Amino acid sequence: MSTVFVTPKTKTKEVNKDASMLKQKEMMAAHYDRLTNVPQSGAKVAATFVPGNLNELIMCFDLVNNLPEVNAIQNGLRRLSGGYVLEAEKLGHSEDVCTYVKSDIGMMAKGNLAPNGKKFPDPDVLLLSYTGCFTFMKWFELLREQYKCETIMLHTPYMGDGKITPNMTEYMVKQLKEEVIPKLERISGVKFDIDRLREYLKKSVKAEDDLVWVLQSAKNKPSPIDAYFGGIYYIGPIFGAFRGTDDAIEYYKFLRDEVEDRLAHGQGPVTPDGDMGKERYRLVVEGPPNYTNFRQFWKMFYDEGAVVVASSYTKVGGVYDLGFRHDPDKPLETLAEYCLGVYTNRSLPMRIEMLSNYVKDYDADGLLINSIKSCNSFSAGQLLIMREVEKRTGKPAAFVESDLVDPRYFSAANIKNRLESYFQMIEQKRAGARSAA
Amino acid sequence: MAASLNGLKAADVVAQAQRLFDDLSFTAAREWKAAAPGRKVVGYMPIYVPREIIHAGGMLPLGIVGGGDQLEVIHGDAYYQSYICRIPRSTIELGVSGRLDFVDGMLFPSICDVIRNLSGMWKMMFPSVYVRYFDVPQNYRDDIGGNYYVNELSELVRDLGELRGKPITHDELRQSIAVYNENRRLVRQLYAFRAERPWQAPAAEVYLVLRAGLVLPVEQHSAMIRDYLAAAEREERPRRDNCRIVLTGVFCEQPPLNLIKSLELAGCYVVDDDLLLVTRWLTADVPIEGDPLQNLALAFLHQSESTAAKYEPDLKEKGQHLVRAVKRTGAEGVIFACPSFCDPALLERPMLQHVLKDAGIPYIAFKYAENSGQMQPIREQAGTFSDSIKLWSAP
Repeated sequence: MSTVFVTPKTKTKEVNKDASMLKQKEMMAAHYDRLTNVPQSGAKVAATFVPGNLNELIMCFDLVNNLPEVNAIQNGLRRLSGGYVLEAEKLGHSEDVCTYVKSDIGMMAKGNLAPNGKKFPDPDVLLLSYTGCFTFMKWFELLREQYKCETIMLHTPYMGDGKITPNMTEYMVKQLKEEVIPKLERISGVKFDIDRLREYLKKSVKAEDDLVWVLQSAKNKPSPIDAYFGGIYYIGPIFGAFRGTDDAIEYYKFLRDEVEDRLAHGQGPVTPDGDMGKERYRLVVEGPPNYTNFRQFWKMFYDEGAVVVASSYTKVGGVYDLGFRHDPDKPLETLAEYCLGVYTNRSLPMRIEMLSNYVKDYDADGLLINSIKSCNSFSAGQLLIMREVEKRTGKPAAFVESDLVDPRYFSAANIKNRLESYFQMIEQKRAGARSAA
Repeated sequence: MAASLNGLKAADVVAQAQRLFDDLSFTAAREWKAAAPGRKVVGYMPIYVPREIIHAGGMLPLGIVGGGDQLEVIHGDAYYQSYICRIPRSTIELGVSGRLDFVDGMLFPSICDVIRNLSGMWKMMFPSVYVRYFDVPQNYRDDIGGNYYVNELSELVRDLGELRGKPITHDELRQSIAVYNENRRLVRQLYAFRAERPWQAPAAEVYLVLRAGLVLPVEQHSAMIRDYLAAAEREERPRRDNCRIVLTGVFCEQPPLNLIKSLELAGCYVVDDDLLLVTRWLTADVPIEGDPLQNLALAFLHQSESTAAKYEPDLKEKGQHLVRAVKRTGAEGVIFACPSFCDPALLERPMLQHVLKDAGIPYIAFKYAENSGQMQPIREQAGTFSDSIKLWSAP
């Protein structure tokens, strides 16, 4: 097996994408155009985060949603983040902290250009949905220092005891009613209409249903999707600026049809190099991917016939597959419950249970953890998660390390070695099971 | 000045505090527990928990701030990647090695994602221990964050009542608030005394006396502070030609004691710091009358320290606590000492540095771990900082 080492100067060959991926790309591009066209359209901009993203509420005020994490991902994929991270470190930011933040700050220092080459508009409001990640709070304090714009804190309590209590929900609803909504009304000049919110929420549910169907299609053998590398494409619209829109409904319907078709034909996932060959290994993956070498990372999997059948990262913007749906009949409570339930806001025992169940429910060969150097929310405790899931499922687990958007921490040879050892371990485990039988 | 009639020398008090500091088996807390049947010990991690509630339940609040530089971490490293700070791994080591086997409950306050996740790990690893992630509001309105916090406190009161087998009453809470008010007053006096005459109360001594408060019953700790203050007042010590600095960033993982000593040896008197903030988190007395949980909540919302783990809603107010600390103590500069991989301290640092720059206050920065052994680079950096202040900052 050979791995192509892709450097920023390497010309990449044409990538195979299925139709839904192309459609998703068009949607993202349209959104970036909408954002950068704000000086002409006169629209106002709300920056916010993916976990705890209140897109339906933001739309009620005709605000355009800008997600700095997604911008950092785009810069990682386009190989710009490395320079941005260095720029932020030159400005005094520590080498130890979140590289999404540094990519964002470096991008601002270098002209603040969106993927379409046009300048990002300054946000009119920073909606600090403080959900599942300590860094979010500091990130928006740092941006507030830069933009000097209004910042609205929406504090989501952590599910430390593995449950949502009435006190948590009431606290969040009260923040929404008495802090978030009045401030968004004032900033946007648009009066809040709860029926408008209900309409958006109804649309969210339709898209959520189809997304869940797609994610759960990976229970089939072979899986028609890759629920990590491919899953990142699939979650883009619903985790970003499209939840609650007709575009999202249409996209997820389109995606579902496509996956149904693949399923009907017994096909595996589409990879950048075309259809994946025979499915040899079924994995559950915990942790975000590396974005600076995304294709190279993915290739290490599909070259070996490894498909990811479930992942935790595709639940950071909502755990719809565990049953949550936005409820138009309880519009504010449902937003609160949504924020409270996202993956990174779940306690470690909850995460262990979820991953163990994924291994069993998706009949996976084991758990792989991609531990991210600069993401403590995910990474702290992952070694215990690994051992515990192994113990509960009897399936082998493995651990690789990289970073979100800092290319300095992607060591292809190390990761490849570990993956190959892991696949051997799975083979041995299978051989052992066969001989025992 | 608090009076002490027992005539102890500062060195005697410090020696007692040093023994407590060095004892990684928490013998004092074990002995307290063993002294009467049914006693319970509840541990807590940085940055703040309302110790009054534990005390009101007749239990001993035990501050756990990692293992320091004397603990050999053998098991703890198996739980954490190299890019995660040291305090959780040494805390795990304390747990796995049985050093905390007498602890009946553990509170993990809302400070960062590492301590947050450690709460879940503790639940898994020590299932017989009462474990609570202690969340605090980031909304400071009485009717929003305040109500939420009162309910969180009520849950804690209920849980600890169940732990001891008898509900905790409001009267017990009021009595404990009074005891802690007194302790905080003494800590404030200690800090004011050091700011005024830092050569009489070296930073390492103040730290040890403060640190003793994490393992001693509060009443004993208050007596210790009184003894130290009386002795420090009485005993004349040589005054060095040091500059005066505020030390910040040290609110969670503790710097080695040698680091604190090195700063003063290098020419920097520490006149304020954010070490062991739990001992003075609430900046004024909590009222005794009325609903005690309401009073604790209001004190948290409106009269508590500023630090990186708290959201600052007002941009203009961001970092001003540091400028005020510099002015209040007559400091000439600020030293940022942040633990490696500490999200709160390191993400906060650039913002605070900008505020200091605007205020014309000089600063330096370095990182450490609780087991950092090599102090020479820190001494050199601090020494150069001190020299530069003395040479160039004079009016």
